[in-house]
Amino acid sequence: MLSAASPTVLAADAAPNPWFDPSYVTENWDTILAYLGEHVRLTIAAVVLGALLALPLALVARRSRWLAAGVLGVSTLVYTIPSLAMFAFVAPVTGLSATTVLVGLVLYSLVILVRNFLAGLQSVPGDVQEAARGMGYGPVRLFWQVELPLALPSFMAGIRVATVSTVALVTVGVIVGHGGLGQLITGGFNANFYRAEIVTGAVGCVLLALVADLLLAGAERALTPWARRVRS
Amino acid sequence: MSLLQEAFQYLNDPFNWTRPNGILDLAAQHLRISVTAVLAAMVIGIPVGALLGHTGRGGGFTVALSNVSRAIPTLALLTVFAVTPIGFGPTATTIALALFALPPILTNTYVGFRGVDPDVVEASRAMGMSGRQVVFRAELPLAVPLLMTGVRTAAVQVVATATLAALVAGGGLGRIITLGFRQQDYGAVLAGAILVALLAVGTEVLLSVVSRLVTPGPSRFALGRVRTRRSATGAVTAAP
Repeated sequence: MLSAASPTVLAADAAPNPWFDPSYVTENWDTILAYLGEHVRLTIAAVVLGALLALPLALVARRSRWLAAGVLGVSTLVYTIPSLAMFAFVAPVTGLSATTVLVGLVLYSLVILVRNFLAGLQSVPGDVQEAARGMGYGPVRLFWQVELPLALPSFMAGIRVATVSTVALVTVGVIVGHGGLGQLITGGFNANFYRAEIVTGAVGCVLLALVADLLLAGAERALTPWARRVRS
Repeated sequence: MSLLQEAFQYLNDPFNWTRPNGILDLAAQHLRISVTAVLAAMVIGIPVGALLGHTGRGGGFTVALSNVSRAIPTLALLTVFAVTPIGFGPTATTIALALFALPPILTNTYVGFRGVDPDVVEASRAMGMSGRQVVFRAELPLAVPLLMTGVRTAAVQVVATATLAALVAGGGLGRIITLGFRQQDYGAVLAGAILVALLAVGTEVLLSVVSRLVTPGPSRFALGRVRTRRSATGAVTAAP
């Protein structure tokens, strides 16, 4: 430890420094909203772009076992790279901008999504595909009307996982100054361990993740009305 | 690609490795924190997961735990422990990382014990094994592949996450990256990123070899991670 003081002389212990402080939230509402907006924008952009890239990849990968193994291997490798290192790899190219964070996040969500998309497509029974082809379905119609509905639960599960972990990962963007609510966490840390700000950022992240997950769960229910009938 | 050259120049300078708080110091600190955290999580997670899986209770609890844990930003947990009376430093980092390693180990142990064929358990009972013997001699060997998957996932995650400790003045190899950003020395940033990525990938490779060695029976390829397995609530492991 270079600059770390010994635990006993923390300035945090001297002055009143509550964990929860409603007045902090009300007084800094505009700042919090701005960070929240950035957080949400980054998350949505990362998941949408990741899905747009993952779908063609999964469609190509399922054509052969070698391609599928290659895609899974590369995705495991990418997933292993620590987020801070990922942003550090990207930062020299795109600089200290939100783009740096976005590129890193897209890579992670892409990796999660391509696995789930592939699993979903592979779970479509061969009999069903054959029957559809026998009825004269072309490849495009086969995908939209047969495979996509059957693979949808797996797709949605992947999107939910990707969304929740992206919300958590955005905070690491503080390294380039675009960490959404993560800015509050490090901001409070640097402002002499101001606990109210840290807790606001942390709780905000968790709430955002839960809300996003609930919304997606609702969307999944709405998109798969047949599943409800079977289950009930 | 002068940047890559700068990075290699940084890595090629012996002084950067051996000076106090150089690469070797930081790597040792990184590994010490990671190993302690994973061991602590194993000591808690494996017995609890085995007990829950053996008795077949608490399945909803473990799944919920691992899902909620993914929503909590690592950075938040690292920071929160640093501003408690524990103070910032290796202890706070270790506790935060151990908490992060717990869900994958607990869940995978639970799933491993739960997934043991009931016929096998019944057969062992019929052969006169006591409850303890059933756990240690029938269920545990069959649960080892999944258990090791949990440990591997947790370990890779911890090694990766320990990097973030540098954002809140903790130690570890992440320091090279944060320091590089602060000094706008992108060569050092890249060098740090390479080191951290290699360490994480190395952990993954090492532990897959270990898990294949400790898996009883004919050797087979490591099982796919639980992450790819779909359940009603999503996958089981957490984010890096």
